[in-house]
Amino acid sequence: MTANAPETAESVEEFRARARSWLAANLPRLDPDAVPPLPGDDDHLWLRARELQQKLHAGGFAGICFPREYGGLGLPRAYQDAFTEESMGYEMPIILNIPTFSICCATLLDVGTEEQKRQHIGAAIRGEEILVQFLSEPSGGSDLAGLITRADRDGDGWVINGSKTWSTSAYAADYGLCLARTDSDKPKHEGLTMFLVPTNAPGLTINRIRMVDGSTEFCEEFFDNVRVDASAVVGEVDGGRAVASHQLFHERNAVGGGSPYVSGRGATPTRPKSDPFAVALATGRTADPEVRTMLGEMLTLSAVRSQLRARVSAGIAKGHLGPPAASMLRLFHAEHSMTEDDHALRIAGATGGFGTGPEPGYTGLAGVSFLGRQGAGLGGGSTEMSRNIISERMLGMPRELAPDRGVPFNQIKRGSR
Amino acid sequence: MEFELTSDQKLFLSTARDFLEKEYPLDALRRAAQDERSGFDRGWWRRAAELGWTSLLVPEELGGGSISGHGVRDLALLAEQLGAGIAPGALLPTNTVLAGLVAAHGTGPDHSDIIGELASGEKVATWAVYEPGGQWAPLRPGLTATPTGDGGFRLDGTKDRVEAAPQADVLLVTAATPDGTAQFLVPAGAEGVSVTPQWGLDIARWFGTVQFDGVHVAADAVVGAAGDEAAMERQFQIALLIQCAEVCGGLTKVFDMTVQWAFDRYSFGRPIASYQALKHRFADMRTWLEACHATTGAAAAAVQENAENAAQLVSVAKSFVGERSLWILQDCVQIHGGIGVTWEHDLHLFLRRATLDQSLYGTPDDHRRRLADLAGL
Repeated sequence: MTANAPETAESVEEFRARARSWLAANLPRLDPDAVPPLPGDDDHLWLRARELQQKLHAGGFAGICFPREYGGLGLPRAYQDAFTEESMGYEMPIILNIPTFSICCATLLDVGTEEQKRQHIGAAIRGEEILVQFLSEPSGGSDLAGLITRADRDGDGWVINGSKTWSTSAYAADYGLCLARTDSDKPKHEGLTMFLVPTNAPGLTINRIRMVDGSTEFCEEFFDNVRVDASAVVGEVDGGRAVASHQLFHERNAVGGGSPYVSGRGATPTRPKSDPFAVALATGRTADPEVRTMLGEMLTLSAVRSQLRARVSAGIAKGHLGPPAASMLRLFHAEHSMTEDDHALRIAGATGGFGTGPEPGYTGLAGVSFLGRQGAGLGGGSTEMSRNIISERMLGMPRELAPDRGVPFNQIKRGSR
Repeated sequence: MEFELTSDQKLFLSTARDFLEKEYPLDALRRAAQDERSGFDRGWWRRAAELGWTSLLVPEELGGGSISGHGVRDLALLAEQLGAGIAPGALLPTNTVLAGLVAAHGTGPDHSDIIGELASGEKVATWAVYEPGGQWAPLRPGLTATPTGDGGFRLDGTKDRVEAAPQADVLLVTAATPDGTAQFLVPAGAEGVSVTPQWGLDIARWFGTVQFDGVHVAADAVVGAAGDEAAMERQFQIALLIQCAEVCGGLTKVFDMTVQWAFDRYSFGRPIASYQALKHRFADMRTWLEACHATTGAAAAAVQENAENAAQLVSVAKSFVGERSLWILQDCVQIHGGIGVTWEHDLHLFLRRATLDQSLYGTPDDHRRRLADLAGL
């Protein structure tokens, strides 16, 4: 997919040099000393991301690894890496990386129709379209395939009814990849179909979910007789599980740092995270041996996280480890993130959860981030699911009892909440 | 620790394993510990040296040679293999001293002869760096080296936790001189040197307390130059790497053993591996084990290349492996049940070694503070 020979004879280093001067002339620099604001309504960030993406496109630095026929530059990974390195310290449309480019566009590239690829990948690269995922449902978190939103045939199209939740930034999106049940007589994994649904479709209501940290990037959607054409089907009818597998693969790949469609690096500004180092500096506690021990532990976990990533990615690529090994990265990432929250709060000491005057500052932020500590163990599949995958698929331990296996979906027992 | 090995490396490692198992199977070690026999067989060590165990860090012109062209990484692989078998011997002390001598080669008095004797297994050396009751503070020795006017020095003080001291022929001793910390090569038989055994938890390693009472050494006993800390940092890095790799080898063995136990052991009519309460702990342990290998492998690569971040990466490895190894091992004991805390079971042999390794050459917390120092915090 990125193997297309670049039509340009430009070397990576020439490309890098051109990117460097373009970035300096066109994108604003980030202020490294700025204390991140509290999470809240972030519509402006999405408008800004579209503007920045449009600038990148006009400058010829958008969709670097996407094929030329779908609006990309068709360049190898090394060009994207060079651009990402040069873009550090500049304001970049980071929030478009996941899920728009690295999950949704990457999946369309794998399994979309020619028309879907031409229309949506190109629009995303031009900064005109944002894509999200409608997967989880209120009735089930980790048990994705147990979803009950259904799509019924209606002439040559489909009518969707049900509800979705935890869709990141759906309010800012133009389209959502929506997984719905199209045949309840089949076992749960087999009767699912993926649809590309416009967010302005009549009958579709999108609400924002307010999280404990005040952020509102997650959404819930209600589908009330939402009609889509046959051309909205992604992949095969009743083949939605395979499409979702592509999405989950691309999600792990993107979070693990392996996606060629991610441009730029850095924290997503929508949900600031506690920073034990900034807290230590702000509270003047860096000379305290206990604080230094905790900071050294953070340095250890950060280094080990990337060493583990490198080892497991290489191990999977070369066949020394099976794909389920990627779940170890997910598990370690959660441990790292939770320790970061715990240590920031401990280092803040008596000032943990308090601001300086009316502003939260780093010590207030440590408290806010702590409220959402478990998010790292929940988002993208809970750590309990990862532990099942590691013990069952890596170590071969007996699988948990699953009374729904092989049973027609409409005969499976469901709870009341 | 490394996924891909050359056929030479595979042969080197399988030979080492066979050689160890033939002479020192775990049962023999357990019996020896009960008999309070002390020390390893010197003839066995010479044959081990012939297999290359003490040549890997030594350049060819000084009588050494590696297996793959990457001697440090070969040594880490060997340590992993020996850790899986709780090897006795002097792998860590002798190679640590060799690392210092090779690093200082050409910067001070010539020690080519002793390098050759250590590489051939004829002699055993050890690093005398701790002092009684002291924490890890290699650059603040209490033992003094007083200039005697003829270019030589007089050493006074006491070292302890000296590995293989009862069998060492040569001691590499850290001392305070008027020009800063220096290291001296002292024959164990020199006048004024006395060695007494020191109790230690590991049943296959022997430690000693070494007293230096007005020991005279000539000017050419110095390694490198006083105040030059580069050789000591190299020794430190090699010691940590061998230690972490040994622990990784032992951990893998114990983890595999415990997984097998969970499949074979039944309670309430089902294998204990089918209980989610245990499966989830196995998943955590499996992840930490992979991370232990990842961080030790990254440290080995950095020390091999003498990379600028080698100091950081060995501390990252020790900080992580030193702590997680004990978490994993104790949980493996728990999953084994009562049998896991009996003398007859092998588990304690690994737990003993990992516990001492946690303590030696900087605890995990020491290394966390070192990382904060190195990061300029």
